[in-house]
Amino acid sequence: MTNLVEVRNLKIEATTDAGRVVEIIKGVSLDIADGEIIALIGESGSGKTTVALSLMGHARPGCRITGGEINVNGKNMAALSEKERAKLRGTDIAYVPQSAAASFNPSSTIMEQVIEVTRIHKLMPPEQARKRAVELFRALSLPDPEGIGARYPHQVSGGQLQRLSAAMALIGDPKLVIFDEPTTALDVTTQIDVLKAFKSVMRAGGIAGVYVSHDLAVVAQIADRIVVLKGGEVQETGTTAQILSAAQHPYTRELLAAFEPKRRQAQTEASTNQLLRIDNVTAGYGAVRDDGLPLIRAVDSVSLLVEKGRNLGVIGESGCGKSTLARVIAGIHPAAAGDIVFDGKDLQRAARNRSQDQLREMQIVFQYADTALNPAKPVEDIIARPLAFYHRLDRQARSKRVDELLDMVRLPRALRYRHPSELSGGQKQRVNFARALAANPKLIICDEITSALDTVVASAVIDLLKELQRELGLSYIFISHDLSVVEAICDEIMVMYNGERVEQITPDKVKAATHPYSKLLFSSVPKLDPTWLDGLVRDPELVSQYGHR
Amino acid sequence: MKSGVLNLVLKRLAITVVTLLIVLFAVFFATSMLPGDTASILLGQAATPEAVAGLREAMHLNDPAILRFLRWLFGLLHGDLGTSYANEMPVAQLIGGRFVNTMELAGITTLLSVPLALTLGITAAMLRGSIYDRTVTILSIGIISVPEFMVATLAVLVFAVYLRWLPALSSVNEAHSLTDLVRIYAMPVITLTFVISAQMIRMTRAAVIETLSTPYVEMALLKGASRSRMVLKHALPNALGPIVNAVALSLSYLVGGVIIVETIFNYPGIAKLMVDAVATRDLPLIQSCAMIFCLGYLLLITAADIIAIISNPRLR
Repeated sequence: MTNLVEVRNLKIEATTDAGRVVEIIKGVSLDIADGEIIALIGESGSGKTTVALSLMGHARPGCRITGGEINVNGKNMAALSEKERAKLRGTDIAYVPQSAAASFNPSSTIMEQVIEVTRIHKLMPPEQARKRAVELFRALSLPDPEGIGARYPHQVSGGQLQRLSAAMALIGDPKLVIFDEPTTALDVTTQIDVLKAFKSVMRAGGIAGVYVSHDLAVVAQIADRIVVLKGGEVQETGTTAQILSAAQHPYTRELLAAFEPKRRQAQTEASTNQLLRIDNVTAGYGAVRDDGLPLIRAVDSVSLLVEKGRNLGVIGESGCGKSTLARVIAGIHPAAAGDIVFDGKDLQRAARNRSQDQLREMQIVFQYADTALNPAKPVEDIIARPLAFYHRLDRQARSKRVDELLDMVRLPRALRYRHPSELSGGQKQRVNFARALAANPKLIICDEITSALDTVVASAVIDLLKELQRELGLSYIFISHDLSVVEAICDEIMVMYNGERVEQITPDKVKAATHPYSKLLFSSVPKLDPTWLDGLVRDPELVSQYGHR
Repeated sequence: MKSGVLNLVLKRLAITVVTLLIVLFAVFFATSMLPGDTASILLGQAATPEAVAGLREAMHLNDPAILRFLRWLFGLLHGDLGTSYANEMPVAQLIGGRFVNTMELAGITTLLSVPLALTLGITAAMLRGSIYDRTVTILSIGIISVPEFMVATLAVLVFAVYLRWLPALSSVNEAHSLTDLVRIYAMPVITLTFVISAQMIRMTRAAVIETLSTPYVEMALLKGASRSRMVLKHALPNALGPIVNAVALSLSYLVGGVIIVETIFNYPGIAKLMVDAVATRDLPLIQSCAMIFCLGYLLLITAADIIAIISNPRLR
């Protein structure tokens, strides 16, 4: 046995709720050498996490390893008993979970959980384990390495928890660490710190790794080799440079293409027609103070302008107030102060005081199509609802219009009889969008509508939005934390930080941002270039001021 | 951080006090609305209207209800539960011994049923889907579904009538030795344990299973933790809130809901006292019993909530 990991013809079956048995991993083989980091990349449902977990001999409830060999460090994980596997978990192979926030036990201190591996496997006395943990905290550049262990998980930030979970994985001196999308839930500015910390620790210890991700740019920074998965099968394997520059498989090329979306053709004639203008709008949560403003201001004196046929992007990290801004404009969360002018008329702050036509002309599409669509209704009812509500169409006219709308969002007409649970993520988001279109709006507010989608699917949705805009003359307010998506569709980009608008620029001037926070944000977006992370130099003052996690 | 919990606990206690006042109010007026006139019941059918009116006057029954309520409340604050209408004895004295009996029965049942229910619930959750788990589940559903008078009557039939192992009646005052005591308490305690354990088992099992499917338990599995470590260290502390509440809810039944068991085994407890008081329209006695039941319930629920608050590190 020459390699640390040799997986041969791995097969995993899952039993669905209906009792049907489906093969989800169809004969995967891969090798990992000592100290090598490989990336498993693919869309959701491609089986990348399932393959990664199988290296620990673990299959999630409902799944079963049915065939093949999983040789890790000379032992076939598939053939061992659960007790023997438990002995290797945490010592030979360790795991860094996708959401560290959910993977820390809320009722126990961080230190207790970090050193738990040493207790379970009786590796070293607790005193020594604590010392080792503090060393790891330091190596992972965590703030206050001596004291952070005494805290409870809810008392530290998401980026810190993610690094703490890496410490938890490394304390047993594993030969192989599995990273399961460890930075997906983080802001880009935080992601960089975490990636850097992971990379330096792995390199220093010569530890082999499996990095599961759907983000090629992130993977490019950390992996030696990339394995592309789709539908439970390996599509292509190659070194990072090979995959990035000379991908063979069409699916890999599709992934790469989706990463660099086509820029929208800039609107040449600057239209002078204002569609929406908001002036000094403030909104927030908590008790109302004497001056009529809420205690916690999520949106603080924000002004913006959307012109007819043009798109405005709103970008910022989680918690910066961008979603609240969307809700304020739509009137779901009435503003505490400020004016909203839509199509030449003053709008009431609360949606319930607006006229039906005003409501119709401004539609909002939410991030999670899963929760935005009524699971008990078929697609046709979902789309027909605004047709009856706003346009009072009769049954026949509604049915005809539903077909047209499904055509518009490029969904087969037969889908109208299905329920949302029978659709894929991308299809659901299209239905979600068709429902907004059904109202014949002038402005559609898109709140992170591509965030829950895979890269390839998201870029198809973006293309669809652009096409519809050409045909119907819509305007979008596009809210996202993903710069590449916003760049692809917007004419103007507004950067928000801490509830305030810090800068507004056009996509071609992103490199020349003037505000320090925009600079930090834009420079933090990973590039496909594998040398990007190592070559990245950030102004430490900027990072300490704005990268507060 | 510490003061936050103290604040929460104080707030919870304040809510308890307010609830208690509302309950006292409700108890007083609900019992006042019972049909039948106390004075005429006390004097019997042969009483003249003048005698009834005189007695009503003497008992202050003609005063406005709110005045009687305030007088009763004032008495309670001084530890005076009032005087029984039926036999002119202080209510406190009537209740005293009965209350101790009920508490004894409740205490013994608690000591037996809580550890039993928690063990069964947790082990069933650990071995989810196994034959053991299914047996426990089916038995606990079966026991919930059988009414307690059925369990009690069957127990009497089998153990007292056919087997003659245990006495059919539980007269605590005739106990002279430890064996006597065990024989007397055996049937009521077992019946009550049956009744209250089933719900606790089911709630514990459900709460533990829910936390077992969280990512942090999977994380513990991937650290190589054994099954018992996953359950005891990771799942159980986070399932404590719902479990403690289920236990409190079940135990509260032991204070007020034991009437059937007390009647069948002729056990001199407080619930039986209250039923007798209703028959004689003995308002002060009814009110005091009702108040004790409500107080017991409130105390248990408050204790459960406070335990849940303290066990949650987000609040600590």
